[in-house]
Amino acid sequence: MSADIDIDNVTIRFGDFVAVKDVSLKIAGGEFFSILGPSGCGKTTILRTISGFLEPTLGAVRIGGKDMSGVGPNKRPTALIFQNLALFPLMSVADNISYGLKVRGIPAKERRRKADDLLALVALPGTGDKKIGELSGGQKQRVAIARALAVEPQVLLLDEPLSALDLRLRQHMRTELRAIQRRVGVTFIYITHDQGEALTMSDRVAVMNHGVVEQVGDGRTIYDLPTTPFVASFVGENNGVTGRVRALFDGLAEIETPLGPMKGRDGGGLDVGAPATLFIRPEQLRPEADGVRARVTASAFEGHVTHVRLDAEPGHKLVMSLGRDLGAHLLTPGLEICVGFAPLDAIVLAQARA
Amino acid sequence: MSNAFTAYLIFLSPPAVALVFVLMSIAERRRAGALAEPGFFARNGWPVAIFLIVAVAFWALVMIVLPSLYMIDYSFHPKLPPSQRGGPKDIYTLANYRYFLFGSPDDTSHWNSTHLYAFWITIFVSMIITVVNFAVCYPLAYFMAQVARPGAVTRLMLLLVIPYWINEILRAFAFRVLFGTGGVINAMLIGAGLIHDPIDFLGADVALYAGLTYAYVLIMMFPLYNAIESLDHNQIEAARDLGAPWWRIHAEIVLPHAKPGVASGATLVFMLCAGALAAPLILGGPKTLWFTPIVYDRFFQAFNWPQGAAYALVLLIACMVFVLLVMRLFRVSLSEIAR
Repeated sequence: MSADIDIDNVTIRFGDFVAVKDVSLKIAGGEFFSILGPSGCGKTTILRTISGFLEPTLGAVRIGGKDMSGVGPNKRPTALIFQNLALFPLMSVADNISYGLKVRGIPAKERRRKADDLLALVALPGTGDKKIGELSGGQKQRVAIARALAVEPQVLLLDEPLSALDLRLRQHMRTELRAIQRRVGVTFIYITHDQGEALTMSDRVAVMNHGVVEQVGDGRTIYDLPTTPFVASFVGENNGVTGRVRALFDGLAEIETPLGPMKGRDGGGLDVGAPATLFIRPEQLRPEADGVRARVTASAFEGHVTHVRLDAEPGHKLVMSLGRDLGAHLLTPGLEICVGFAPLDAIVLAQARA
Repeated sequence: MSNAFTAYLIFLSPPAVALVFVLMSIAERRRAGALAEPGFFARNGWPVAIFLIVAVAFWALVMIVLPSLYMIDYSFHPKLPPSQRGGPKDIYTLANYRYFLFGSPDDTSHWNSTHLYAFWITIFVSMIITVVNFAVCYPLAYFMAQVARPGAVTRLMLLLVIPYWINEILRAFAFRVLFGTGGVINAMLIGAGLIHDPIDFLGADVALYAGLTYAYVLIMMFPLYNAIESLDHNQIEAARDLGAPWWRIHAEIVLPHAKPGVASGATLVFMLCAGALAAPLILGGPKTLWFTPIVYDRFFQAFNWPQGAAYALVLLIACMVFVLLVMRLFRVSLSEIAR
């Protein structure tokens, strides 16, 4: 069973510090929802508010339509997976998993059966009698997931649980987590500062910065149609060129920049003469006969792509990522080239109003 | 023990111990080969290493082992004037232990009820005081280690430590003033109209038990605080998130983690309590029976050192056996306590 979550105009203050500013999110039951943002953006605060360790200063959190104010973390239909997992080192794997059942007064035999079932679900059959210290990082991860699922929560909250793992394991656990979520059908709320994790696993992503949700959408929308300069530069690599809007026509915007006039899609909210930033992804920059003049400063070969660092004329740095077929190996440092892009690949966004 | 033998023991045993350590390190080096980590001597340098070993060996032997051996030896001898020591009457005997049990060196028809009762009361009350101390310290230690902000912890620590700047005897007298028939508490109770005649707290040993409890609060506090402080707060939250009520979190998460701290605090409080001397002397009522003043009396009132040694030894061994039994019961190992 899964429940929808309604975060309704929630503000959380610690003294004078506003950690979360008037955030509203509606998360559907069974959804894999990620909250993405840099550290200190308030994403963990939101998670702790949903789980009940914090009460919102203003606004309300509703789970499955029920207002959760005054309901403690031990009474909510949520289960939290901590960043450091917080497994109980003095208990066996099975005791860890069944702890939530033990406090609910479920008899030992049934607890053990449930623990073994869950261990099978997270692909760790037969490890119930091991000690926590005997497990590898990835195995601990799975035990933490099993422990949280044991209490049959309607919402599973995950606080960057993959951050301690090495890259390979992390990528493997992404698919694994997604598969487990599909199998159990519980609402997952996943907190991360890693955009790769957020984009690959989630149905929808909320991007947060300074306690405010900047944009909510599926991964493709967030990446291709960012609505704020922060989202454009935080999610994935991006080249930003700042200037003033010169003209708006046919869904395009032309801005005057130190690198010359440039055209991109109109990101909305633009006024002629107002400051704006044009964002163009490194993989959408191309060497062209006519365009922005730039000098190659460095070239980093990464296998499937080569990242070429460029200095555009007045000391403006750009990054261009080229696939194998585009002759990246010819671009040696010191070379003067011209780069350009298709206006439909770039987006022009208004400067954030303070 | 002859004087010459004792002198040899004192001056030759530290170098002997040092030699054993050196040989052990050489043997280990041989076995592990050049791959082994630098040994104790290589890490510290020969002069420092030898000083450390000799100093520790000297301390352990001269300050702890030898005096204890002396006491054990003493306790099996009869009380004799100095002139007859080492003479034909200086034989090994169990008379001192017999006196403790039966109140007479040779008659075994009656139990020495006064001393046995005091002995039992001392052990029993020390146990109760240890438990009370734990009950008092645990909530405070938990609060300081897991709940309070760092600034508040510093202030609380100071508040706990400062009273201990006052020496033990003065503190004991303060409790006398507090609990005496004309003392502060009686005055308050009478003033409030709750009682008409003052209560004899000293005679009822209330003052003694309160004083002993207070004297060892810090001894319980610090190991407990350290143990609870090292618990990852996320574990407490994880248990709460999984639905555990507060008492289960304490019983199943915090206490198992803090067990070594509880054990070391409880051991120290129990041992110190059973061996306390000043507090029972000052706070004890006229009828109070505490075992340590009796031991003291054997030495300095009866001038019967062998008997005093026997009494002290009985108390020491009883306490050690009791502590080891309790540790067994709670499955704590000695190395955990020393952590």
